[in-house]
Amino acid sequence: MIPDPDAFYAALMDAHRDLSPEDSRKLDAKLVLILANQIGDMRVLLDAIALAKAAPRA
Amino acid sequence: MSFIQPRYAAAAPRAAEEAAPIVIVGGGLVGLTAALDLAQHGLRSVVLDDDDTVSVGSRAICFAKRTLEIYGRLGLGARFLDKGITWNTGRVFHRDREAYSFNLLPEEGHEYPAFVNLQQYYAEAWLVEACAATGMVDLRWRNAVTGIDGTRLSVGTPAGDYTLHADWVLACDGARSFIRNTLNLPFEGQVFRDRFLIADVRMQAPFPTERWFWFDPPFHPGQSVLLHKQPDDIWRIDFQLGWDADPEAEKDPARVRARVAAMLGDTPFELEWVSIYTFRCRRMQSFRAGRVFFLGDAAHQVSPFGARGGNGGVQDADNLCWKLAAVLRGQAPESLLDSYDAERIPAADENILNSTRSTDFITPKNDAARAYRDAVLELSAQHAFARPLVNSGRLSRPFIGYGLPAPDAPVLRDGAPDWLLRHLGRDFCVLSRGDAPATPLRAVTLGSDVEDHSGLAAARYDLAPGDAVLVRPDQHIAARFRATDAAAIRAAHEACLR
Repeated sequence: MIPDPDAFYAALMDAHRDLSPEDSRKLDAKLVLILANQIGDMRVLLDAIALAKAAPRA
Repeated sequence: MSFIQPRYAAAAPRAAEEAAPIVIVGGGLVGLTAALDLAQHGLRSVVLDDDDTVSVGSRAICFAKRTLEIYGRLGLGARFLDKGITWNTGRVFHRDREAYSFNLLPEEGHEYPAFVNLQQYYAEAWLVEACAATGMVDLRWRNAVTGIDGTRLSVGTPAGDYTLHADWVLACDGARSFIRNTLNLPFEGQVFRDRFLIADVRMQAPFPTERWFWFDPPFHPGQSVLLHKQPDDIWRIDFQLGWDADPEAEKDPARVRARVAAMLGDTPFELEWVSIYTFRCRRMQSFRAGRVFFLGDAAHQVSPFGARGGNGGVQDADNLCWKLAAVLRGQAPESLLDSYDAERIPAADENILNSTRSTDFITPKNDAARAYRDAVLELSAQHAFARPLVNSGRLSRPFIGYGLPAPDAPVLRDGAPDWLLRHLGRDFCVLSRGDAPATPLRAVTLGSDVEDHSGLAAARYDLAPGDAVLVRPDQHIAARFRATDAAAIRAAHEACLR
């Protein structure tokens, strides 16, 4: 669990503030790559990709 | 010094109807390699080529270590080493800084380096000479196959047509294979929506002997560029152009000159050869149709960034020729030939997989792919973890799905420095450490035939005293056992011939 969910979410939103859609997308990509490297476990990463794909779309 | 394009005399028909046990269609890199390999196994072949010369342009310039070892076995290794440009290091640049570098051969003690750059026309010209020297290869220039029915070939020449009845056909006629198309065999896969300009440029330039790849360089913004050094002061440059580029307009020499000049600044240069192409990754469902075999680009096609086209094709020939020789000599049943498909399809798939991944990185298919690609490149400046994600081509490595290719090692022969692979030959052999193997097969024993003074041979083959391995004619390790276990050796040899 993320200890302070609201603060994390706000930090994420702050990072994207004032970015063009293209730069925003690249920032997210960098974030995914950095986090993936910190996880470093292929099975966890593949599970995460599957979870993201399976989440219902509004 | 520069290459003089040979013009070979056209072969006129000898009779309206002829027969030949083995006919190779296509006298390019793969067809000529197969002809030479078959000749060294004692088999005659007829090679039909619709042209009268070798490759125009550098084409498959990067010859990988495994391919060089095959040419070593075929007696041409020294020519590749003497003439070719040896390189082991690749550098990848993003904009104006280095993003990633790799060393493909971090280990000493091999006769051949990771890669030699050499224009394909040199390799083909040497193969033509070597084939002629065997007296076993009937090389017929300007003999175009115009029809195939079973293994009966219709052949057209400037002096008239004839029919050639083959027992076996090796289709080495390239990505647009007439044989494959005429037999209506599917060739399916992926086309990449991108175009590349490929130029051979003659110049004196100070770049080091390394593979250099740029993403988004200042001299060619938004696209990628690849630079390779070749012999004779020829440099190969590949410019990514994008899908919207007009292939005809891009071939205009003035336009190519401007692109090269933007890259090289004031360095004077001459254009030697220019080509435009689109990448495809595809293969046939089976590389065999009855008594017709498909090798090289005729069977499978990859994008060029991993040097997997020419190398893959030579390795097809390496796999098939000894099997065909064993069947035609009556040492193995025809079913042995099914193993060509079983062994080389996974190899082709590995090449296609690597080549597809590289091309996906170099040519992002959508906005997300581009964002990730650029994210990797930007992170790579400061973060080592991102550098291995940079994919400018995963360069050809030996396929290990049907046994490890026999590793080389420095040895002493009568006290003089030598290389182990030179002693494994072109027939089955048993390599052992210490004890002579209990086998009628040819034996190479470390400690008596050659001295493993560095210990590298024992280490690379994991041979304890008394251990042995069976090496196939294509120099792949087939089985391991104790040198004294005659039954195991016999069983392993028989298993290789089924």
